[in-house]
Amino acid sequence: MEVFFQQLINGITLGSIYGLIAIGYTMVFGIIGMVNFAHGDVFMVSVFIALVTFLLLTSLLGISSIALALFLVLIVAMLFTSLVNWTIERLAYRPLRGSFRLAPLISAIGMSIFLSNFVQVTQGPRNKSIPPMVQGEFVLFTQNDYPVTLSLKQLIIWLVTAILLVCFWYLVTKTRLGRAQRACEQDQKMAALVGVDVDRTISMTFVIAAALAAVAGTMYLMYYGVVSFADGFVPGVKAFTAAVLGGIGSLPGAVIGGILIGLIETMWSAYFSIDYKDVAAFSVLAITLIFLPQGLFGRPDVEKV
Amino acid sequence: MTSGAPAKRVDTARALRDAGLTALLAFGLFLPLVGFETVTDVRNDLILVTRWPLLFAMVAIAGLGRLAYSLAIEPWLQQRAMRPSAEPAPWRRHVASWIIPFALGFVILYPGIVLATAGFGRAVKWIDNFGIQVLIYVMLGWGLNIVVGLAGLLDLGYVAFYAVGAYSYALLAKTFGLSFWILLPLAGILASFWGILLGFPVLRLRGDYLAIVTLAFGEIIRIVLINWVDLTNGYAGITGIPRPTFFGIPFNAEEGGFASVFGLEFSPIYRTIFLYYLILALALLTAFVTVRLRRLPVGRAWEALREDEIACRSLGINTTNTKLTAFAMGAMFAGFAGSFFSARQGFISPDSFTFLESATILSIVVLGGMGSQIGVAIAAVVMIGGTEIMRELDFLKLFFGSTFDPTQYRMLLFGLAMVLIMIWRPRGLIATRDPSVVLKERKAIGKDLVKEGHG
Repeated sequence: MEVFFQQLINGITLGSIYGLIAIGYTMVFGIIGMVNFAHGDVFMVSVFIALVTFLLLTSLLGISSIALALFLVLIVAMLFTSLVNWTIERLAYRPLRGSFRLAPLISAIGMSIFLSNFVQVTQGPRNKSIPPMVQGEFVLFTQNDYPVTLSLKQLIIWLVTAILLVCFWYLVTKTRLGRAQRACEQDQKMAALVGVDVDRTISMTFVIAAALAAVAGTMYLMYYGVVSFADGFVPGVKAFTAAVLGGIGSLPGAVIGGILIGLIETMWSAYFSIDYKDVAAFSVLAITLIFLPQGLFGRPDVEKV
Repeated sequence: MTSGAPAKRVDTARALRDAGLTALLAFGLFLPLVGFETVTDVRNDLILVTRWPLLFAMVAIAGLGRLAYSLAIEPWLQQRAMRPSAEPAPWRRHVASWIIPFALGFVILYPGIVLATAGFGRAVKWIDNFGIQVLIYVMLGWGLNIVVGLAGLLDLGYVAFYAVGAYSYALLAKTFGLSFWILLPLAGILASFWGILLGFPVLRLRGDYLAIVTLAFGEIIRIVLINWVDLTNGYAGITGIPRPTFFGIPFNAEEGGFASVFGLEFSPIYRTIFLYYLILALALLTAFVTVRLRRLPVGRAWEALREDEIACRSLGINTTNTKLTAFAMGAMFAGFAGSFFSARQGFISPDSFTFLESATILSIVVLGGMGSQIGVAIAAVVMIGGTEIMRELDFLKLFFGSTFDPTQYRMLLFGLAMVLIMIWRPRGLIATRDPSVVLKERKAIGKDLVKEGHG
């Protein structure tokens, strides 16, 4: 049981990161019906922005308080990543809106290749690792001489994710922007007729998606302390799996899907084989789409002539 | 302006403001990743190095580019849009009718042209890196074109079948010593089995969902290839794969080798030229089979499926069989290409079958214009040939210093080109479609009338 509880804690932590990225997929898919293939790489870019900011704050400006540094890193990463995603939407997706169905997908794949190679060219191909930012752990209980621990960084990830999700929930359900987003999701033409600025709403969707990906990115950097230019693809596909599992277009579904994928991955690694942990996630994706295409919380897709 | 339309005055103040905003945006975008570089120092710690000159150069390029766009390019585009669109000049139609025979002649004569211009020593590189490489992608593009372009099934895991073909040849040739000519069809058959196997569960899916599931299958096959070390030797890959022979005569320096049988001096170039014509024949076979299939009921059913699946079902077309045959045919050609690839390389590893390959092949099909075989070939030449040529641009070192390595920028420009071509021509380079059945005269279907299905 002790291994199970430890994996439960690890899985929820990993799942929180996936969930934050998954929201980006699900929101963009909900509003413009496009799989934003570059989202995983936007996440990777945000990890790099967080890394640069962290090094800048600690080594050049000499901020010694880790809590303050982490907070600033989070804010800066959210700002700059939002800018990146806003520009991507503006340059690569907006000209293709309402065009041939495959065009935005190919454009997004191109953007994904561009982003990972841009980081490779500007930051070098090697893994970037930093010493652990946050140390310390709490022993929850000990069973059979196996201490089940919750580390401080895991706790931070849980808290930050929870706080951000509450803010995000408020934004989507209670504000004018959230209403506009939900209106565009249901019917863009109608929303435009009643005075919603569709272009601006879609831009803001990308900005929010990027900001949440940047939160995930900062948490990822704090948790693992290592990143390379190629680290966008696999978390991206897993987060997409989470979005599909939860029902694409459904926001709570994305978070729950993320946590489920995190749990499946850690449990699989613990009890079966760590080599095939990606196979587990990909199989979940395939099985969900084949047997439950609308996901856990999604609306069934009605086929119309 | 003589046409009488009032010329829109170039608004310099607006142009300057836009340029300033663009420069500001570029500054924000490039500041974290271009302005700072993370470097590992001697103590193995990660430190930051600033690159202000590069950052400001890029910001200046962005600002000036935007200024040039507002002052020169935009007015020119507007002026062009105002001109009444004329009928395409007759010379264009002449060019179009000559382009296929000309291209065919060129690819058949290509090794000779290279030998004559580059000489014996350097020709291997040009035929191998350039000719064979592009033709492999042309063939893969044409193969995937059956699935994506004709049947309208979006497949992002095509490279899995390429891998099945490559590993089938490598393992069977090494274990049982079978010849290339037996294994080539066998690899195709095995790959098409996999096509049917993976096609079955995804029959109900369409569009982006289908793409993602096929992507997942492609990745699963790659991960299995990495981890099933007993069979595939994992990351290390398989080495010493037997090379194809000239119908039984090996290409080596020994007695009884190709060179000695034909009384020639031994040179690796004969094998390269042979491989070139082999892949050319395979690619042309793919194209020929596709052209013929389009006229058969199954090909018509594919295209009908692409246009409207529900209408297909109402007309009594068995969509299950139609989709599975498309998957199987596409996979078979990938299997052929895969076995050729492993025979040409003599070495394969899972690294050759990443998602990036699938994305490359799909982008070639879409950039070429789905369904258009000439378009696919042009896209393969532009995208693969273009990135291969980046390896040859050593003269750029004269401008950017000796540390400048143009090959680094290959994939960067590849991704950028994908985005730009999509924005420029969202339906691909050749957007019109040739009908396979005509009543009186053959007319191309204009891009406005081309509908995409939901497949």
